[in-house]
Amino acid sequence: MVTPRSFLRGLFVLIAAISIVSCSKDNAPSGGALSGDAAQRVYVAPGQKDEFYDFVSGGFSGQVAVYGLPSGRLFRVIPVFSVDPEKGWGFTEETKPMLNTSHGFIPWDDSHHPDLSQTGGVANGKWLFINGNNTPRIARIDLTDFRTKEIIEIPNSAGNHSSPFSTENSEYVVSGTRFSVPIPQEDVSITTYSEKFKGALTFVKVNQTSGAMDIDFQLLVPGFDYDLARAGKGPSHDWMFMSCYNTEKANTMKEINASQNDKDFIIAINWKKCAEIAASGKGTIMNVDYAHNVYDDAKQSATSTIKKSIRILTSEDIKGALYYMPTPKSPHGCDVDPSGELIVGGGKLATVIPVMSFSKMIKAIESGKSDKIIDGIPVLNYKDCLAGEVVRPGLGPLHTEFDGKGYAYTSMFVSSEIVKWSLKDFKVVDRVPTYYSIGHLGIPGGNSTKPWGKYLIAYNKITKDRYLPTGPELAQSAQLFDISGDKIKLLLDFPTIGEPHYAVACPADLIMKNSRKMYQLSENMHPYATKKESDTKVVRSGNEVHVYMTSIRSHFSPDNIEGVKVGDKVYWHVTNLEQDWDVPHGFAVYGAANSELLIMPGETCTMLWEPKQAGVFPFYCSDFCSALHQEMQGYVRVSNGGSGAMSWNKK
Amino acid sequence: MKPLHRILTALGALSLLGLFVFPMWSITLEAPQYPKGSELGILIRINNVEGTRPNDLGNINNLNHYIGMKRIEVDSIPELKYMPIIVLALVGLGLLIAAFGRRWMNLVWIALLTAAGALGLYDFWLWEYDYGHNLDPHAIIKIEGMSYQPPLFGTEQLLNFSASSYPDIGFAFIALGALLVGLAWWLSRKRTTTH
Repeated sequence: MVTPRSFLRGLFVLIAAISIVSCSKDNAPSGGALSGDAAQRVYVAPGQKDEFYDFVSGGFSGQVAVYGLPSGRLFRVIPVFSVDPEKGWGFTEETKPMLNTSHGFIPWDDSHHPDLSQTGGVANGKWLFINGNNTPRIARIDLTDFRTKEIIEIPNSAGNHSSPFSTENSEYVVSGTRFSVPIPQEDVSITTYSEKFKGALTFVKVNQTSGAMDIDFQLLVPGFDYDLARAGKGPSHDWMFMSCYNTEKANTMKEINASQNDKDFIIAINWKKCAEIAASGKGTIMNVDYAHNVYDDAKQSATSTIKKSIRILTSEDIKGALYYMPTPKSPHGCDVDPSGELIVGGGKLATVIPVMSFSKMIKAIESGKSDKIIDGIPVLNYKDCLAGEVVRPGLGPLHTEFDGKGYAYTSMFVSSEIVKWSLKDFKVVDRVPTYYSIGHLGIPGGNSTKPWGKYLIAYNKITKDRYLPTGPELAQSAQLFDISGDKIKLLLDFPTIGEPHYAVACPADLIMKNSRKMYQLSENMHPYATKKESDTKVVRSGNEVHVYMTSIRSHFSPDNIEGVKVGDKVYWHVTNLEQDWDVPHGFAVYGAANSELLIMPGETCTMLWEPKQAGVFPFYCSDFCSALHQEMQGYVRVSNGGSGAMSWNKK
Repeated sequence: MKPLHRILTALGALSLLGLFVFPMWSITLEAPQYPKGSELGILIRINNVEGTRPNDLGNINNLNHYIGMKRIEVDSIPELKYMPIIVLALVGLGLLIAAFGRRWMNLVWIALLTAAGALGLYDFWLWEYDYGHNLDPHAIIKIEGMSYQPPLFGTEQLLNFSASSYPDIGFAFIALGALLVGLAWWLSRKRTTTH
């Protein structure tokens, strides 16, 4: 008999054995099956541009990293859920509200799954959504300027892992909770898990023109761990599929206690039906606080609003819209093929990859047959929904992407490999090792109805001996593979920021053509904008001092300020008057307790500075802007007492 | 002149109206920081001086403050006010000539057009000279003996900038005008000799 303990011991031995095999393979100079022309395939000559953008989650960095493919070059880190002093994100008065939550200002999160906005199941290049796992939130990034424009908190969710996973036309992004909790929250014994804890699956409506997000409804479901999701497409357009584990409802030692059931579930949600029911006014309104943070492009400033209620639907309210499909065992990934017919479960501990059929699922639903009913949700029969199983695929299947040419690629964490299999007969046709322990994998458009099946990228959890060592903390990595032929070919390793989870890539043209070069000064509606040097001024109101400052190559105006007193709150509102491409200015002042300002052409940013001692202190431009950048500086005088009358030099 | 010649003369006169649509001359400025595709440019029209792209003129003015060059301000160039009048006068005159149908008048018109063009270019050169030499004595960058007059025609290196100055589409309409009016004169002469 296999006890949990002996199983884990077996798993450990297996992992050890595999890493030995991998190491011995790695003695080959190029690290395995590296073909001779690999260098040429990934070489993007100086001045040339990459073919694809790759938006890679930053994991515990809380951000999104933007790479080019096939070069693997890092272009930008977009700050999302974590403060970024380099860009002033979360430090400027304009961006502080973006990181507000019902728990106050939170400077960090864990971002896992980016997803591009879609039209007809294909990326449209407008927005990128990404989840914050720890303090549940979804962010929307504007792809014209690569900035986070909106963050919405998800109430009642306790770990926003199964998120954001857009529907086929980005009608909705979703949030499934990885941790079930008492809803509403209450002070109860943890051992009451099985009766008191619930899961919250939240549907966030996306405005098709502005991208604005709003919680439409939340489903209260049994207290399992909701893990990953994919929306249906084509025939399954109206449905959302979400994997879940811990159907044992364990509340301790989940690694063992949540690994007992032979099958867990993929929950199938008819979101269209739920939305109609919600729109008809059914369900209940629950009072709960959550933050909705919106960055206004015209005012160049964010506001945070604490919203007070959401609509809750239970299985009672939405009969015929929720079904559980049994899935072996502790499923992680839950991926829908380009046709919308096949739903691939990635059972971490399963010996097969189950492939469920949407049309069979509909038949099973229509037959009215169910194995059992959990909290009003019918559990369909596994065999009734099954299209087929990929047998002996490898160990620890996690995630699956599609090449649009009839093949699926599944990442295998434990056996550290990628397995290519046919969607026709579910037979494995190729496999290739990854270095090491692949988590997610991505094909440009590999989650869409029309994949660009040229490259596959593995996102690995550990690198061990792959790069120059940097102490105990090593790089995490991505690996680029060529999948244009029959065989998967390794082309390139490149290190990533944070821990890469999921990533989405799309052709560069889709985004390049709309990329913003600067902000138009004439459209700057920031309340503290100064649009010409002759309008600069310093205004005192009580102990607040507002400096209306401008910067242009290579000076600030004003650059001598007197009258500030110890204890004042000085707001530096700096407008970059440049209207030229790639001429940002920085602003830093001695002793500032936050970050620099990094101000794009046409933009206004504000730094709060609270001088603690009297004296004369310099400020300067912190972004090398021009030949006279070093001269771009000034002084502010801080006095103990005095009249507080402000004086400054004016051009 | 026959109707055909009068029509050619009138068309020649009217082609000058192209100057109200297209710039006569353009200056482009390339530098390491402003490579091909992102270069700065100035378009000289009969009634305006403007950037090739919306912010170009502002950016050129901003860069020029390092060498102490005056800002190029449209309002400070009175020629932009009366050049359109001169062009309209030439158009009107050309139409009158077409109506009168005297061949020698075509030559007078071409002579007037050439004189106006030559004067215009001389004036343009004077402005370039003024901008290039009349520099702020407190300029940030001062190089002994260096002036920054862009070429009238051709390409010249001015510090990090390669300045190119060439006729633009509008100029072709001036040439077309002279050509058509000249052609009318030529064709009508041929016709009279055969009679």
